Amino acid sequence: MRRLLKGARVIDPVNGIDGPHDVLIDGERIARVGRDLPVDDAFVVEVPADLVICPGFIDMHVHLREPGQEHKETVATGTAAAVAGGFTAVACMPNTSPVNDNANVTGYILAKAAEANLARVFPIGAVSRGSKGELLADIAELKHAGCVAITDDGRPVATALLMRRAMEYAGMFGMPVIEHCEDPSLKGDAVAHEGYHAAALGLRGMPGACEALGVERGILLSELTGSAFHVAHMSARASLRAVRTGKESGVRVTCEVAPHHFTLTDESLGSPIPYDTNTKMNPPLREAADRDAMLSGIADGSVDAIATDHAPHHYDEKHVEFDRAPFGIVGLETAVPLSLDRLVHAGLIRLPRLVELLSVSPARILRVAGGSLSPGAPADITILAPDLKVRIDAAGLRSRSKNTPFDGWELRGGVAATIVGGRTLYVNPAAHVPDAL
Amino acid sequence: MSAPVTTHVEEAPALTALRRKHLLGIADLTPEEISLILDTADAMKEVGERPIKKVPALRGKTVINLFFEPSTRTRTSFEIAEKRLSADTLNIAVASSSVVKGETLADTALNLEAMRPDMIVLRHSSSGACHLLSRICRSVIINAGDGMHEHPTQALLDAYTIRERKKRLAGLKVAIVGDLLHSRVLRSNIHLLTKMGSDVWVCGPPTLIPADVARFGVRATSAIDEAVAGADVIMLLRIQLERMEGAFFPSLREYFNVFGMTEARLRRAAADVIIMHPGPMNRGVEIASEVADGPYSVILDQVANGVAVRMAVLYLLSGGAGDEAAA
Repeated sequence: MRRLLKGARVIDPVNGIDGPHDVLIDGERIARVGRDLPVDDAFVVEVPADLVICPGFIDMHVHLREPGQEHKETVATGTAAAVAGGFTAVACMPNTSPVNDNANVTGYILAKAAEANLARVFPIGAVSRGSKGELLADIAELKHAGCVAITDDGRPVATALLMRRAMEYAGMFGMPVIEHCEDPSLKGDAVAHEGYHAAALGLRGMPGACEALGVERGILLSELTGSAFHVAHMSARASLRAVRTGKESGVRVTCEVAPHHFTLTDESLGSPIPYDTNTKMNPPLREAADRDAMLSGIADGSVDAIATDHAPHHYDEKHVEFDRAPFGIVGLETAVPLSLDRLVHAGLIRLPRLVELLSVSPARILRVAGGSLSPGAPADITILAPDLKVRIDAAGLRSRSKNTPFDGWELRGGVAATIVGGRTLYVNPAAHVPDAL
Repeated sequence: MSAPVTTHVEEAPALTALRRKHLLGIADLTPEEISLILDTADAMKEVGERPIKKVPALRGKTVINLFFEPSTRTRTSFEIAEKRLSADTLNIAVASSSVVKGETLADTALNLEAMRPDMIVLRHSSSGACHLLSRICRSVIINAGDGMHEHPTQALLDAYTIRERKKRLAGLKVAIVGDLLHSRVLRSNIHLLTKMGSDVWVCGPPTLIPADVARFGVRATSAIDEAVAGADVIMLLRIQLERMEGAFFPSLREYFNVFGMTEARLRRAAADVIIMHPGPMNRGVEIASEVADGPYSVILDQVANGVAVRMAVLYLLSGGAGDEAAA
């Protein structure tokens, strides 16, 4: 069936489109985007002019927890959260149980994704067997099974030598190495950013240098090997400085920033709820200068992507003493409202840049389909309602876990609808989306 | 409730009750509340000097001392304070090993709550453990030391001891020397002394000074002579022996040589300086024995005053808990 979406603003940076356009969807694929397209036999959907049609958003850093930690999240609940959050695809981290270090686990995840049939799932394989940092995982096998990148996320690649080898080896397949940048000895048993707030609360802190050392190592090794290196969940201003310098030198380095790192600071550790374990993540919420640096990197183009580091944890696991709680928060269903409110409405960037951060760059970095509305591309579409008033309700999240520090937040801008492969999988009842969509 | 004690202070305190249900830390208290506790402790101290050291203020109240870390001084001090106020008290010492395989802190607290205590005095190795309990419990929560965060009754008894000797807190130079990074006593004392107008200096090796410490309103230095110069009060903090393994300093011997409080170093302090230590002391590490046992030492006064200050806290929080009407 052919559907013609008419009336909305269309933003497709790859094709230089920003303005009122028609989008013709033919089954699972985009047929054409243009002004006043002929209707022919297509079913016409009149989309309100205040909605914005974008290529589908891709969250390149998600923990789906399956296999092994289904009490936190499953592929089905995680991809349901994804489409509700405006993401047509997610890349899932390999720190499952067992670790995604072989084709069996990759195949299992993809089978679960096919069963759920919601957002697309791009598995990311482990760098090392069991992510133990000793022997390389069977990276060719992972690639053929469907993995799009490798990482030992949750921890850094154990040694510089292993990182070098991983880059060289993965480079053979054009796969980027994604790094959780951290110097383990500087981190120690820290649970927060080292600074005034951690000191006042008596929490062990890790400095920004702990992350930046990992960034610097990766950049040097990327320069040495010529392979692509991607900095996960960047949070420290020293890391951004290293990335900028690396890019200026022509190193193949890219980076992502999570919404909580461009929104919150370590002040949230003590206020409004002191020791709220939903303010505990790794890398930690950093000081204002770091948060502001992330914003400036997003504005000036140094930051390539926004990724959530969606890290679901069960209530019981978070309902403990701060230092015993696991790191991480859910992010799939809060990322778009936070990005629209804090970046676009705050005047920092315009919508086309946001589409780059959430769609174009993740597709380019991971070398996956998507990121554009080019003819023949999958009909993966995110429709934004940029002025919708959104109230975050933790209890109402689709994710199996509700660990968010943004419960009750009122934000401007949200998702109107999510279309994956031509199928409308999410419609926000609060947005004025035509029934025919 | 009819007050069982009379106060002997010249000026009536600005407040007659605390403005809060729990004592989680000094950071939350106003200077007026701190003064109220210290003034009330004066009256409580008098109770401890009577032949019959007991008043009925907490009669019928149940107080649980829930200690997840070993403690002799603090637990004993709280227990004596509770008994002198006629509370029914019980002590629960939970070995940390059994917590690992046992129930969560929240479950432990809720089980105790089901037995309807009025107050829970909590000592725990995790910073913020008291905040967690205060969110889920009906009982009054008193922080008896949480991780590296706060130890409010220690700071209150320190202030009481200083005030007893110096008749004031404002304008005094107080030097706090030792492991600042890991010390809950430091944090509580910084909050209290800066609120009360003292000139607070903190001193230790740079490896043991918390990040951004100047934002607490104190002056930080690693030059011990600078910290001690003209000090009215010197407070020494315990150096934990395992800190060498974290490479915080090379050896206990070197620590003593650079930072240990000796009589020679004390000569730079004010003539009537007092020496304090929250205990337990490492003689020959942070403090020389001749200083610990010398004429300037008020270390045992601190212990004695701990009972009176804790009585004051228990008394004021039992009155402020708002459960009178339910009786």
